[in-house]
Amino acid sequence: MAEPVSLEYKIEGNDYMVAGAASNNIKNTLKMLGIESDVCRRAAVVTYEAEMNLVIHAGGGILKALISEDKIELCTVDEGPGIPDIGKAMTEGYTTASDHAREMGFGAGMGLPNIKRNSDVFEIESTPGVGTQLKSTILFQK
Amino acid sequence: MNLKEIAEILDAEAVSGADLATVDIPNAYACDLMSDVLAFCPPGALLLTGLTNVQIVRTAQMLDLPAVVFVRGKKPLEETLALAKENGIPVLMTKLSLYETCGKLFAKGLEPGYAPTKEA
Ligand SMILES: Nc1ncnc2c1ncn2[C@@H]1O[C@H](COP(=O)(O)OP(=O)(O)OP(=O)(O)O)[C@@H](O)[C@H]1O
Ligand SMILES: [Mg+2]
Repeated sequence: MAEPVSLEYKIEGNDYMVAGAASNNIKNTLKMLGIESDVCRRAAVVTYEAEMNLVIHAGGGILKALISEDKIELCTVDEGPGIPDIGKAMTEGYTTASDHAREMGFGAGMGLPNIKRNSDVFEIESTPGVGTQLKSTILFQK
Repeated sequence: MNLKEIAEILDAEAVSGADLATVDIPNAYACDLMSDVLAFCPPGALLLTGLTNVQIVRTAQMLDLPAVVFVRGKKPLEETLALAKENGIPVLMTKLSLYETCGKLFAKGLEPGYAPTKEA
């Protein structure tokens, strides 16, 4: 791959019908580029969990993927309510998901731990009232 | 086990463009929590679930799961079936409960597809 591939999607808040389409595009791009299947799978889990968090918790946001020769960087930026206590949010089982999100099968409080587990480098920054930024890097060779 | 045998065991209605007998199913995972599926469901597993919304198919698609079984006679949304069709993911619908669905397949020897991901 000579040039890095950059993808960017605007994700709508609370739209459960189209949610996941952007993550699927990213996954298909990785496959098309011939990226190893374990990496594709980890990237798929990270993007989909991050995209669903934008849909469920943030009123939407931006999802970006930068695929270069040796890694994929996935990030989300939103102007949602932010996370007051990141330590708590990172705890398995902690959730503030609405009843509606739960009915759809979300709100296990597992998304952020899943993202971290599948990342080689994981960063999250959040300011209540301003928004949240998440970045996950997955290396192709380890 | 292939998907045709599974459909027979579950007396399930199939919505699929594919020939069910050609879809090989090594194991299965049953869950209604999508993050749980994303964390623990191995590649290739059959997903058994009581939910029928579009995100179930999205989850299956993200993990390259071969097929989905909707239990308890719930009719999936048209959009759910449309997305499944678009992505070539066969869908089975059975009147059995999740417990009975799992029990029958387990009794016939279908393996559990539980595989924890790498530790953080
Ligand atoms: N982008 C975000 N904006 C605001 N709050 C967020 C955001 N992402 C996560 N959170 C907060 O962190 C909590 C934990 O997130 P996590 O993804 O781990 O679980 P969940 O989304 O609640 O459930 P699951 O991901 O299992 O469906 C959320 O319930 C929410 O309170
Ligand atoms: Mg989440």
